[in-house]
Amino acid sequence: MERHFDEELANLRKGILRMAAMAQEAIFNSIEALKNRDKGRAQAVIDTDDKIDMLELEVDEKCIDLIARHQPMAGDLRFITTGMKINSELERIADLAVDISQRVQDLIDKPILKPLIDIPKLSVVAQNMVRDAIDAFVKRDVSLAKQVMCSDCEADRLRNLVQEELINDFMAKDIGTASRAVPLLLIARHLERICDHATNIAEDIIYMVEGKVVKHHSEDL
Amino acid sequence: MDNPAILVKSLDLWYGDFKALKGINASFRGKMITSIIGPSGCGKSTLLRVFNRMNDLAEGVRTSGEIIINGADILRRDADLVALRKRVGMVFQRPNPFPLSIYENIVFGARIHLEAKKKDLDYLVEQSLRSVLLWDELKDRLGRSALGLSLEQKQRLCIARLLAVKPEILLMDEPCSALDPQATQRIEELMRELKRDYTIVIVTHNMQQAARISDETGFILMGELVEFGRTETIFTKPSDRRTEDYITGRYG
Repeated sequence: MERHFDEELANLRKGILRMAAMAQEAIFNSIEALKNRDKGRAQAVIDTDDKIDMLELEVDEKCIDLIARHQPMAGDLRFITTGMKINSELERIADLAVDISQRVQDLIDKPILKPLIDIPKLSVVAQNMVRDAIDAFVKRDVSLAKQVMCSDCEADRLRNLVQEELINDFMAKDIGTASRAVPLLLIARHLERICDHATNIAEDIIYMVEGKVVKHHSEDL
Repeated sequence: MDNPAILVKSLDLWYGDFKALKGINASFRGKMITSIIGPSGCGKSTLLRVFNRMNDLAEGVRTSGEIIINGADILRRDADLVALRKRVGMVFQRPNPFPLSIYENIVFGARIHLEAKKKDLDYLVEQSLRSVLLWDELKDRLGRSALGLSLEQKQRLCIARLLAVKPEILLMDEPCSALDPQATQRIEELMRELKRDYTIVIVTHNMQQAARISDETGFILMGELVEFGRTETIFTKPSDRRTEDYITGRYG
């Protein structure tokens, strides 16, 4: 028998997926803005953030409403509480896309410091991690969630490469490059943080599906 | 587990040809609240009643297996049922005070089980009513009929009546189902108080109630104890699909 509650849960899932789509689009656009030095696109990411914030509140409210009215248990309870957490991770991801876009705007009027090599690689890792985390949520796929968690090392490695290069090859040699190197450093940092949020989502999904808490001890996986 | 209050080993129970309980194994821990949940007719009340051999009154009841309470198997033919029912008391769905005064309701069992003087009985009435937080309300009308009390007061009185014979285990069969939400909440608070001194086993249809008040929960389906464990685990991550389906309302 189909429960009315199942319909409500399906609506919540749709809300989270809408949130995910908007966050993914924000990352994509912020990176495109960086690569193409596109001020308008960076501004569009910043302008869209209000909509994402509104949607976050809507999804949160829906979760609280479902808990209050249905007193969910077991898998339903885990789905809703995980949904709330994923919702807030996605909002943070979208905020980081805004941060990237603001750094892009800082850079656009200045001459190019160097061709971008590792930052685009890091952005691909970040986008894939977010995509796979959302995919794992949709398919309730624990092994895909674990893959997402494993990718975080690669993100850290690339962030370190960017950091070392910008500090040692540019700023240490010529402090005058700092105004262009620091925004790039921050962009790498923002991308790496996006990967951390994707990892959090993956951990939440494992709890949602299996009821197992892997947060803070992922080395056990 | 160290010395459970009730240890059930391979318990089967038949009503005539119908097997109502199938191979139940469980340990009920002392001074805790354990809920038994499950759909109507699953055998949960049967399990509760077997703990003080109330099923003996039904026709054609047969059991096999063991139920160890205080080191002895209560299913044995030679078990002392009077002593058992003193040690293991039952609270029912609808409060059932005797058509006697409040005072006489409390001392009724004590007169059977304990040899007590009037002064001792007065003290017993006060202590028992205090335990269920009725003393202040009723101390000036102990001679009045218990039938004039509110439903909640009647249920508290029935619990006080049990406490008066100094039991160790309280069995509660849907003790709040006749009560409104406020009265239910107060009885639940009382149960929390009582578990300091007593082992409580409660059968309830109200899953939120089981989740709220019990330390451990057992889920019974068609006479089988499907899952038994810590309440927080049962209600957040049950290990059996059938438990999950039942507590999320997908059963049936």
